[in-house]
Amino acid sequence: MASKKSLVVEYLKFEQMLAGISKGKRIDGRQLLETRSISIEPGVIEKANGSAKVKLGKTEVIAGIKIQTGSPFDDTPNKGLLIVTSEILPLAAPWAEPGPPNEEVIEIARVVDRGIRESKIIELTDLCLVEGKKVLAVFVDISVLNVDGNLFDAASYAAVAALLTAKMPKYKITKEGEIEDTGKQVPLAEKLIPVSTTMALINDTIVVDPTLDEETVMEARVTLTTTGKDTICAGQKGFPGGFSMTDIELALDIALKNGEKIRKTIKKSVELAEKK
Amino acid sequence: MSKSLYSKGRRIDGRKLDELRPIKMEVGVIDNATGSSYIEFGRNKIIAAVYGPKDVHPKHMTKTESAIIKCRYHMTPFSTGTRKNPAPSRRETEISKIIREALEPAIVLTDYPRTAIHVYVEVLQSDGGSRCAGVTAASLALADAGINMRDLTAGCAAGKINGKVALDLNEVEDMEGDADLPLAILPNLEKITLLQLDGNFSRKEFIAAFKLAKEGCMKVYEMQRNTLKDKYFGNKEA
Repeated sequence: MASKKSLVVEYLKFEQMLAGISKGKRIDGRQLLETRSISIEPGVIEKANGSAKVKLGKTEVIAGIKIQTGSPFDDTPNKGLLIVTSEILPLAAPWAEPGPPNEEVIEIARVVDRGIRESKIIELTDLCLVEGKKVLAVFVDISVLNVDGNLFDAASYAAVAALLTAKMPKYKITKEGEIEDTGKQVPLAEKLIPVSTTMALINDTIVVDPTLDEETVMEARVTLTTTGKDTICAGQKGFPGGFSMTDIELALDIALKNGEKIRKTIKKSVELAEKK
Repeated sequence: MSKSLYSKGRRIDGRKLDELRPIKMEVGVIDNATGSSYIEFGRNKIIAAVYGPKDVHPKHMTKTESAIIKCRYHMTPFSTGTRKNPAPSRRETEISKIIREALEPAIVLTDYPRTAIHVYVEVLQSDGGSRCAGVTAASLALADAGINMRDLTAGCAAGKINGKVALDLNEVEDMEGDADLPLAILPNLEKITLLQLDGNFSRKEFIAAFKLAKEGCMKVYEMQRNTLKDKYFGNKEA
């Protein structure tokens, strides 16, 4: 799909990939439950309130946080807003084209949104300035720079690292009811790290962190987000194909275990960035 | 949030933890459609209709060896508390996608090469759990359209309210409860084709909710079967 090689080569590659997976080996030499190398670099955009660039193997995404004042929704007058968007930039893949977001990209943004929202990494009631009138809106915008599979996890790690390092302006309300910027900056997020783990079902075998090649042959996909060693806060099954009951239990254990590992990686890179 | 959603063994609408809301199903409700269905799932009122198999537009989306499914989940402006903007939202786009993916594995797509099957799910009134009710209705409409299928898709959610795992959350329970786990299964093939989760579960709670939702799906499946039998075999009590 994304390769420049001939169809014959592609076909042979898929054959090899499928044969390998049944034997527990993946085409890039990874174990079934092994993720690719992850690099997380927070603070890459000075003008954003928070930002992070994430490389997951060859997949590359950048997330930026912008905080602005806005009006609350009618049904949640005392809560700030969290808005997550994503875009596969036209430069990110040969088939990527400019245009309004398609359902694939909307799904990514919404699954990342759910992971963040449900983990309570941001307390939305803290973002209320004047109940029913003025609140802070947190925009999490994710741009995909290079596509090589598992955009869900890359986008999620970038969003979370950006939120953890984000600072927001501290506002106060004057006697006249005006909103005034105190010029101070306070951290936006709680010290809580939701970690998303995406798994693909290929030949009835679960593999973690699929590449684009693996995604083209997968039967189904599931993403589970955890916030601790026994807390799951979000999930999404995707792709036309089905999981068995035991698959889901296995996926749950994998996500909880992988979550603990990735949580350390994110924590480390955030701490490192804050020392700078 | 201070309001209790569960006390003295009853939920706010009087149900027990493992009880479904009242469900009504009907097939063949839209005259023009190839197949159609109507479902009431508590206060959810949803119509689903199937058109096709028919020509694919735009043409380049044609698959030479199978049909493609096009699915639209949409809420009417009057279906919610405050008026919903009729333009499709990102939430509806996502739900359209997951409903399509939950239905597809049940359909023998290769029987209809070079065609498109259109599935429309229109929520007339929503009351929590509309995606599960929607996928259930859509599957019935496909069966009513006479599309070749391996299985039906049956949907039902489970969640957590006041720290307890409960079946089929209504709108208030979904908004104010702790977690929600919508599920859809292919009952005979024993596959999970729709799974979403929001809210906090421990591993144990997840498994409990998952099993409860699955039991809910099986009950929904029985009703789907009976609804089809009623129409096609006049089998009233089946």
